Amino acid sequence: MIKEKNKEQNNKRKKRHGSIPGFGLSMGITLTMLSMLVLIPLASILLYGLSLSPSEFFAIVCSDSVRYALRTSILCSFIAATINCVFGMIIAWTLVRYNFFHRRLIDGLIELPFALPTAVAGITLSKMYSNTGIPGKWLSAIGIDVSYTHLGIVVALIFVGIPFVVRTVQPVLQKFDYQYEEAAHILGAGRIITFIKVMLPELMPALLTGFGLAFARGMGEYGSVIYISGNSAKDHTQVVSYVIMQKLNYMDYAGATAVALVMLITSFVILMVINLIQIKQSKRTNNV
Amino acid sequence: MSKKRNIKILMIIISTLFVLLMLVFPLASVLVNSFSKGLEFYFNSLKTEYFFSALGLTCIVTFITVIVNSFFGIIASYLLTRYSFAGKHILATLIDIPFSISPVIAGLAFIMMFGRLGWATPIIDTINSITGWNIKIVFAIPGVVLATIFVTFPFVSREIIPVLNAVGTDEEEAAAIMGASGFTIFRKITFPHIKWALAYGVVLCSARAIGEFGAVNALSKTRGMTFTLPLEIDALYLSGSSDSIVAAYAVSSILVLVSVILLVIRNILEYRSDRIKISVEERAEIKED
Repeated sequence: MIKEKNKEQNNKRKKRHGSIPGFGLSMGITLTMLSMLVLIPLASILLYGLSLSPSEFFAIVCSDSVRYALRTSILCSFIAATINCVFGMIIAWTLVRYNFFHRRLIDGLIELPFALPTAVAGITLSKMYSNTGIPGKWLSAIGIDVSYTHLGIVVALIFVGIPFVVRTVQPVLQKFDYQYEEAAHILGAGRIITFIKVMLPELMPALLTGFGLAFARGMGEYGSVIYISGNSAKDHTQVVSYVIMQKLNYMDYAGATAVALVMLITSFVILMVINLIQIKQSKRTNNV
Repeated sequence: MSKKRNIKILMIIISTLFVLLMLVFPLASVLVNSFSKGLEFYFNSLKTEYFFSALGLTCIVTFITVIVNSFFGIIASYLLTRYSFAGKHILATLIDIPFSISPVIAGLAFIMMFGRLGWATPIIDTINSITGWNIKIVFAIPGVVLATIFVTFPFVSREIIPVLNAVGTDEEEAAAIMGASGFTIFRKITFPHIKWALAYGVVLCSARAIGEFGAVNALSKTRGMTFTLPLEIDALYLSGSSDSIVAAYAVSSILVLVSVILLVIRNILEYRSDRIKISVEERAEIKED
């Protein structure tokens, strides 16, 4: 009797999880490690954040330094992600559609910002675009200061964000069917019309995902930004990550937690939007 | 036709210029700056005690991080691709969290857990008083390790999941029906499929672990003890004298060298795994026929 019951249970389990053994073990290890290393530490921020009263929380979040930092981070990440979308699109297009001598080299170099430590990128960009560096000297001669301004933050965020756009657009472009373009061409559409009306709608989900990833990275970026931004409260060139770090250094844990909560919410929203776009995209491609 | 050719040339020029200006120039600039006070100065700034301590710690931290995250990455991607269960998508999203949040927040998380106000601090204190150990997490090496594991957590699983999805579960199911144990199935069937993706993930993970700055910066305050190479660069750069700034570039040049090597390995692995991908696709086509 008991044996039969066990057998039945076993069969049920097999039906649910397929016939490959090891479900319980891998589930256990995954959940334990995920909780210990990621979820519980994150929950500690939440736990401490909940002990703040709403008025305390809003007092911190609405203080001048935090407000300006949020504005700077959002604005600079947005501009950098937009610029990255334009150049990322051009680079992805060039890499997929054209064959030229140094194609593989450019393809490999695109991921340099993933491999290069952010602090190294930060000190180098800051030196390059200051008025003693090489493009910086020329730019300041015509009146454009890059280092220690908002423009500098944008430059650093373009650097860290470019691989995200290229690497999300590239595979979609690779799978793109030439038929549609040919059809549009035969029906008399010009090259620009074909791109805007035929290709762009297909590439939009990938482009938006790339934008979202670059934007999210820009919002949280610390190492590559803090040297070139100058972190001046007066010029509003502090970014949110810097403000959190500053509060941490002053042992202002309540302040750091409150700002971190705002950032956590922001990045969750971005992550959800990206997921929605991807679900929508996979539905569309499955229907076709 | 000539118009099309013009567009092609224009696009190639724009791409090349962008990569040159935004990516190659900064690399060259590190090297130029690091040698600006001569070879002797360069090598002297790599002979300090601080540098060796930071180098050693960076190696240890990267090694532990890669081991932990590879172990997790293999098991998590096996779970997410080989079984169907409720809440799978939520689990996948939860694993990706560290990818989208600021590294500074990762540092903050461990301070809020193990720091002065942390809820886990009394637990650690009790353990210390019972066993007589002196475990310290925040502002010590374990904190640096934990923060680095946190920020690189999804790197390996992200590379393996697409490969396992593409291969499908037919072979494993067949093996299971024929009576192979879970471990044998993994060793003989799953692992050969994922080994390149794993290597690829390990390269990414170590690149990020070596260069992690924000999270570690929040958790490490003692130069020469708990500083990794990026923190050492930061300390040299911020101390402000022209000598120490050049020394910061000299230390940076080592990291540039490491990241270029990792990039080359990554490209070789990509080339290899592309070929495997093609062979998988070909097999799928044969099956369809």
